[in-house]
Amino acid sequence: MKIQLKDITMRFDHTTAVDHLNVTIEEGKLVSLLGPSGCGKSTTLYMLAGLYRPSEGELYFGERLVNKIEPENREIGMVFQNYALYPHLTVLKNIMFPLKMAKVPKKEAEARAKEMAALVQIDHLLDRKPSQLSGGQQQRVAIARALVKKPKLLLLDEPLSNLDARLRLEMREEIRRIQQEVGITTIFVTHDQEEAMSISDHVLLMKDGRMQQYSAPQDMYDYPKNKFVAQFLGNPPINIFPAKLSDDLQTIVLQDTRETLQLEAPISDPAAMNGDYELGIRPEDFYIETDSVKAGLKVETIRVERIGRDNLLNAKLGQINLRAIISPDVKINKGDMITLGIRPGRARLFDSSSGHNLLH
Amino acid sequence: MQKEALSKGFIYLLLILGSILMLLPFVWMISTSLKLPNEVMIMPPKWIPSDIQWSNYIEAWFSAPFAIYSVNSVIVLISSTIGELITTILAAYAFSRINFYGRELIFSVLLGTMMVPGEVLLIPNFVTLSNLGWIDHYQALIVPWLASIFSIFLLRQFFFSIPKELSFAAKIDGCSDFRFLWSVMVPLAKPALITIAILKAIGSWNAFLWPLIVTSSEEMRTLPVGLISFSTDAGTRYELLMAASSMIILPMIILFIVLQKYIIEGVARAGIKG
Ligand SMILES: Nc1ncnc2c1ncn2[C@@H]1O[C@H](COP(=O)(O)OP(=O)(O)OP(=O)(O)O)[C@@H](O)[C@H]1O
Ligand SMILES: [Mg+2]
Repeated sequence: MKIQLKDITMRFDHTTAVDHLNVTIEEGKLVSLLGPSGCGKSTTLYMLAGLYRPSEGELYFGERLVNKIEPENREIGMVFQNYALYPHLTVLKNIMFPLKMAKVPKKEAEARAKEMAALVQIDHLLDRKPSQLSGGQQQRVAIARALVKKPKLLLLDEPLSNLDARLRLEMREEIRRIQQEVGITTIFVTHDQEEAMSISDHVLLMKDGRMQQYSAPQDMYDYPKNKFVAQFLGNPPINIFPAKLSDDLQTIVLQDTRETLQLEAPISDPAAMNGDYELGIRPEDFYIETDSVKAGLKVETIRVERIGRDNLLNAKLGQINLRAIISPDVKINKGDMITLGIRPGRARLFDSSSGHNLLH
Repeated sequence: MQKEALSKGFIYLLLILGSILMLLPFVWMISTSLKLPNEVMIMPPKWIPSDIQWSNYIEAWFSAPFAIYSVNSVIVLISSTIGELITTILAAYAFSRINFYGRELIFSVLLGTMMVPGEVLLIPNFVTLSNLGWIDHYQALIVPWLASIFSIFLLRQFFFSIPKELSFAAKIDGCSDFRFLWSVMVPLAKPALITIAILKAIGSWNAFLWPLIVTSSEEMRTLPVGLISFSTDAGTRYELLMAASSMIILPMIILFIVLQKYIIEGVARAGIKG
């Protein structure tokens, strides 16, 4: 089912939790709702579920306006952060509960519940109570219960946040597998960027109730619309340097060290000349420049750490600390002055006041 | 290690002393119920009767219409317990899950009424009931006891501990609020409800003053009221009184033993003492 949010706004007494959200989610896609704590992810999900009624805007499921439709008539399934399983019912009864409410005959309900249990691989646990299950198993029960009515939209509110690191990895692949097997449109709330990047078709990044960017994960990483997006994604985070633009609209001058950097093409907007800018470069977009004739940033090494395959270089450019991921072959010592090159096309330039990315 | 054992020993000693203190009146009651009339008041007191009189029990049972009293007591107990459970469930749900204007204020006022001693209410309640023409009817024995603020408070605390997501999940599953209350919240609150029911049952079974005031005919009396028939102008037949008392408390003791696991759980979970 295609989902459309048009100018969706949710106000509580003192806060605007969601502010004029405009998003279209295509049928069968998995979309992650990503953002820092309190940015309105759960609120958005609750509005989609029909548990909250939007203060403004229109919500369409397919062609149908659903603003006033009750949750049970929306053809949705939902998994809550704490799973919200019925503690007094067995796994089988939990999964059957939505069918029982829909007055599906008992035999059929049981068969369908068992089929779902098999899909999420908990068919050996049917007689247990939720308290006798591990976190991962409880989550599978919650997914089975959400899917048993064959909904057209699956909503997941931080379903992995109670699991340990290893299980999280496993379960997120599991969610992706189930989602693709069933082919259901899915919205997945998380505040873990890596989780969002790895399983979704599209990521919707929010901050303070506003949409920051809505695009495919790799696009969001490569072409962030603004500084917030660029900083939110990536670990270690992007390096930011205050800068100015020279008259040719193509040369960036770093404020601190007065070093210059050529853009591939001039900025199109001539009014841009007098503004304050911030140059953003991801740690992996640096490389060590050995050819002293070529352009690059002269930095002083503070420390080199080994992180897995790569080395993480901590260095100082003037007064500003930066981090770069470099090949482990190069021997560098503390205090060494080195030149860091920037991979072509990988520099980002943000307007200091608005945060907009001027290059993409 | 040794210190721990010592403190444990001390705790056990206290508990044993406490239990003995609590049990003594019961033992004395049973001992008296088996005595000959002339042994009841002798000094020094005798703990073990010289001649065990089982016949006291038979005589006690037939010296007043205890069969009628029992039926009345059972009717009052069952209807007031079921009634109270229903009002408590509905009220606790409203006070914990429905957001209405002045909810907290109304609830505090209700809690405040717990401070009023029951004796103060005897006369106003009596006047109300006699205006309704209910005196000497079952309604008088049952209706005033159909709601208890304490029970509502206990259950409300329990309902608060049920996460809000559970009701959201139920809503999505197509379960109405009313259905959610009966098929999810009530089963979850079973320990608290059993506690409430038992406290109510004991209270109702042992109630004396109120049934005494609102009943006048023999046919409407309950068991505790029936006990006064052993005190006459000619004096009190203590051994028969004790035999009847022993018979009366027996069902409550059995009920308590069978359900004590739930009582302790319910009181402990709600975090307050009964
Ligand atoms: N029922 C409510 N009443 C008042 N304010 C609320 C309510 N629910 C949420 N808010 C506020 O709305 C904002 C968004 O909350 P929301 O729960 O949607 O955040 P979130 O993105 O899900 O955060 P988290 O990652 O911590 O779960 C917050 O500022 C929150 O305090
Ligand atoms: Mg949330």
